[in-house]
This record gives sequence, C-alpha cells and structure tokens, in this order.
Amino acid sequence: MNAPSHNPWLHRFAVLTAAATFLLLGVGGLVTSKGAGMAVPDWPTSYGYNMFALPFKFWQGGVLYEHSHRLVASGVGLLTTILVVWLWVKEPRRWVKWLGVIAFFAVVLQGVLGGLRVVWLKDEIGIFHATLAQLFFVLTCALALFTSRWWRTLPSPLPPLLSDGRGEQQSFSLGNLPGFVLATTLLILCQLILGATMRHQHAGLAIPDFPLAYGKLWPAMDADSVARYNQQRVEIVAANPITAFQISLQMAHRLMAVGILIGVGAVVWGARRWSPRFSVSDGGDSLKAGLQRLAFVWFGLILAQVALGAWTIWSNKAADVATAHVLVGALSLVTGALWCIISFRRPVTQFGCKSVSTSARDLRETVFKARAAGSVSK
Amino acid sequence: MKISSVIAVIAGIAAVQVASAANITGTVTLNGTPPPEKEITPLKEDATCGKLTEGTPTTHFFVVGANKGLADVVVMLKGISGKSTGASAPPVELNQKGCQYVPSILALQTGQKLIVKNSDPVLHNVHSLSAAGNPDKNIAQMAGSPDLTFTFDKPENFLKFKCDVHGWMFAWITVVDHPYFAVTDKDGKFTIKNVPAGKYTVVAMHRKAAPTGVEKEVEVKDADATADFTLEVK
Repeated sequence: MNAPSHNPWLHRFAVLTAAATFLLLGVGGLVTSKGAGMAVPDWPTSYGYNMFALPFKFWQGGVLYEHSHRLVASGVGLLTTILVVWLWVKEPRRWVKWLGVIAFFAVVLQGVLGGLRVVWLKDEIGIFHATLAQLFFVLTCALALFTSRWWRTLPSPLPPLLSDGRGEQQSFSLGNLPGFVLATTLLILCQLILGATMRHQHAGLAIPDFPLAYGKLWPAMDADSVARYNQQRVEIVAANPITAFQISLQMAHRLMAVGILIGVGAVVWGARRWSPRFSVSDGGDSLKAGLQRLAFVWFGLILAQVALGAWTIWSNKAADVATAHVLVGALSLVTGALWCIISFRRPVTQFGCKSVSTSARDLRETVFKARAAGSVSK
Repeated sequence: MKISSVIAVIAGIAAVQVASAANITGTVTLNGTPPPEKEITPLKEDATCGKLTEGTPTTHFFVVGANKGLADVVVMLKGISGKSTGASAPPVELNQKGCQYVPSILALQTGQKLIVKNSDPVLHNVHSLSAAGNPDKNIAQMAGSPDLTFTFDKPENFLKFKCDVHGWMFAWITVVDHPYFAVTDKDGKFTIKNVPAGKYTVVAMHRKAAPTGVEKEVEVKDADATADFTLEVK
C-alpha cells in the first residue's frame, strides 16, 4: 500500500490553527491575570450587542481583555471548523479525520464553558475552561504533527532485515523512557490544573515571597498566622482574603515544580545515554536525534517556567509575567505530549542493545503478509 | 372617663417603652502599626479613570484618625435575628465616583434597598458576590444610566461588590437582620440607636483588623451605654 501523499497546505493550516490557539491561550490568560473574566456580564451578546459589533466606546479596562478574548476565540473556532472540514474531505487516514472531529467538539465545548461561566456567575467553571484550553492546544499541535511531512517520513513500523546473512534481527530499546516521559507529562498536566485552581481563587499571591514562604521553608498555616498574613496584605486587585487551603495549594505547586524539573532532567539524561551504535538504516537516526533535541528543549522550557514562577511572585503577580508563566506551561505540556506521541508511535522501534534471533524466512514471510494486507499505516 | 383612663394608661405604657430604649456609643481604636497603604497604580494609569482622580489614589484598608480611632468598623448587636425594619427604612447609597466605590464599607438591613449610582463618565459593571446565599448579580451600568437597586434577604458580613471593568474597585456591604448596628466614622466613633433595655453582646468587625469580630458584653438601661473596642494589628 502506498503511503498517503503529503498535503502541505493542509499541514500549514493545521500549524496556523495551533498558533492561533497559542495566541488565544495568551489572551485568555491575560483575562484571568487582569481579573476581567466577568467584565462583560452577558453572553453570547456583549453588553446587549452582537459580539462582533460591540462599539469601541466599550473597549476599556477589563472589557478590552475579555472582549478581545471572545473575538480571538471565535477566530480559533472558525479555523478549527475549516480544519475539520478539510481533514474530513482530504485526509485519507480515518483516525486523523476523527481527531479533527474531536477538536471541533472540544472547541465548541470550550466556548460554551466560557459562556456559562459568565451567565451562571460560576467562577469555578473557569478552572475547567483553563484546563480544556491546554488540552485543546495539545490536540491542535498533534494535528499539525500528524499532517506534517516529517511524521510521514518516520521509519516503518516493521523492522528491516539486516544483511548479515543469518537473518538475525537487531532490535533497539528506548527502555522505559517513553513511559517516564508520559508520567512527567501527566505531572505537568496536574501542575497546570493546580495553577488554574490557584489563579481562579482570585486571592492574589497566597505566599508573597520566594524561595521562602513567609520567611520559612514551610509556612505556618494555623488560624492566627493566616489572620496575621491577611492583616499585613495590601492587595489592590485581588481582594479575597487568603486561606490556609490556598497557601497549601501554592506549596504543592512549588513542590510539584521541583518534581517536574527532576523528571525532565532525568529524561534529558536518559536520552543522552542512547547508544549511536545500533541505529537502523531507515531514518531512525533522525528520529533519535529529534527526540534528543526535543528533550533538551523541554528542559529549557522547564527552567524558563521555574524562572517565570519566581518572577511572578517577585513582581507581585504582574499580569504580563503571570500570563507568560501560563504560556510556557502550555508549551511544556505540549512538548512532553508530542515526545510521547512520537515515541509511542513505534512501540517495537527501539534504540539500544538487545538481539532477538529469528529465522530470516519467517521474518520475510511476516513482512510480505503485512504489506499484502495493507496493515502498514503511518 | 373610662376612655380617658384607658388613654392615660396607654400613654403611660408608651412612655415607659420609650424610656427603656437607649443608645450604645463607643470608640474603636487600633493598636499596633498597620501596613502602609499602596498606590492604586492601575487606577492612576487608566486612560479614562486616571483623569478622574486628583493626586495619588491609595488603598484605604486602615483609616486611622486622631487618637488611633479606626474608621470603617461595623459594630452591631450579636444574636438578634428576624427584627429587620429594612423594608421601611430609607435606602442606602453606594456611589461609583472617581472610579472608586464611595463608601467602601457600609451596612444595611435585610430587605433594605441599596441604591448604586454611577457618577462617573465611564462604564462600570456592578458585580455582587455573596458567600452566604444572597444571589450574585453582575449588571452593567453605563455612564449616565439609571441607578441600580439591590436588596439582600440573608445576613452577611462583608458581602463583596466589585467592578470587573476596573479591577481595583471594591466595596463591602454588611447585611444585618435587625436595626442595631453602626459603622465607625473617621475618628472611630459609633452610635447604635434606640436599643431596648437589656443585656447584649456587641461585636466590632473590621475587614482587616478583625474580620470575625471582637465582642463585648453591654447592658442597656435607661441611659446611653458605652462600649469601647481596641483592635490589634499583629
């Protein structure tokens, strides 16, 4: 069976949709950072107007951020709809078509969640809205990956025969690294959910200093101490009093950040240890190199994220810094997710040192049958 | 003669009732050094609101007057419910002026009307957030538009009002189920009027210094009673 031909414009459109989603994450993050989530009290209208016809006199203060968010979100919804239709018509791989359909329903759900948060006056919905935003971004990036030429040039799922005459198959091991990357990526997702929960408390900084917490390694959280913290706070835009629960959320966030830093550092270390001796001849070198580079990029993102987290506290939660922290968090999640997708694509494709003997005739027959059945897909 | 006797008795009873009510007065002072207030930078930097304020707008969490008198303390009798006269009481006004709520702390009864005015030439949205079961509302109020009216059915301490268009704007409304309350003035002084004779627990609450309140026992007889409070900044 011939591999489906690459559609460069479809791929470029998928990249555009992913980029627009990233922009939307930033605009949406700014809405929360500015405390403007309820600045437009109605939905789907805006101050009674059609959302696309809101007069400019309304575009002030928090309305500017929330209304911009709605407009960009509409744009992403439109791009996603076009992408889904394009995939359905032109994409030969059924699973990619259905991923597009999932993306469509996800963006619709995201819009509804955002609207319900406004009309129901339920701030807690914002946590689900924020989490789904991150997952949707992963999905759009995955669609961009799957529609890329590079994805289609990855090595075939079946290992090629080596010309050693004995038909001895060399197989190559990623070891436990893909599973470890998956676990670290899930940890990042948990961290993002934790961060969204913290941001939607609208209580500002639960702990105003870093790396210490109220001057200690572990802050006091008894009632008298929390009362003292609230007495000494002079908040300007986030006027909810802080609670012991919020302080513990912040501490959990800090500890999880350490765990993620160690986890991604271990991934870099593990990827560096891949032996160059057992590369397959069918492009596996580029795959291995790609995954190694991605691991380094991932580590760089995590270092940047730690720095932004500290800066968020030192700047008393400046809106632009806090929003940058959200965006780098999203990039960290998507990097881990893509690493997983790429590495799990070939569970039997491995880099390492492990020999499995089998007869050359058996292997040739297996390859022939698989190709005849057309079960090879990319 | 009989009728005049009845009238005289009734008048006597009424006189006794009036004589049995008195005021509770007092002063709330602050011990300790509160944190310095901060400049409301986003207000100053706002393109429209910045022009509506003079000088440097600052937060005002601890308004301490002469002799350490603390303003914005809600003082009320504790443990009384179902005595609200709010429906017939005059409305209380909350104004949006210079892109700030004026006053930022006030108190009213359940069923009493709260009139929210927009005296600014800008859009505000009036967003109430209750933690005690009063319905939340989020209503746009354009410049020059009619006043908004709110009433609350459930007692609540420091129900929050905010403007999501201007994120620094906050006011806190304490809703009381009876008429025996007051808010201290700039010198920390208060008067709770026409309290019937009896023994009471008086509680003084300040959003920062004592959000859950400091209590004192007071007995009201024929003359005004006094209840002074000292709140601490730790």
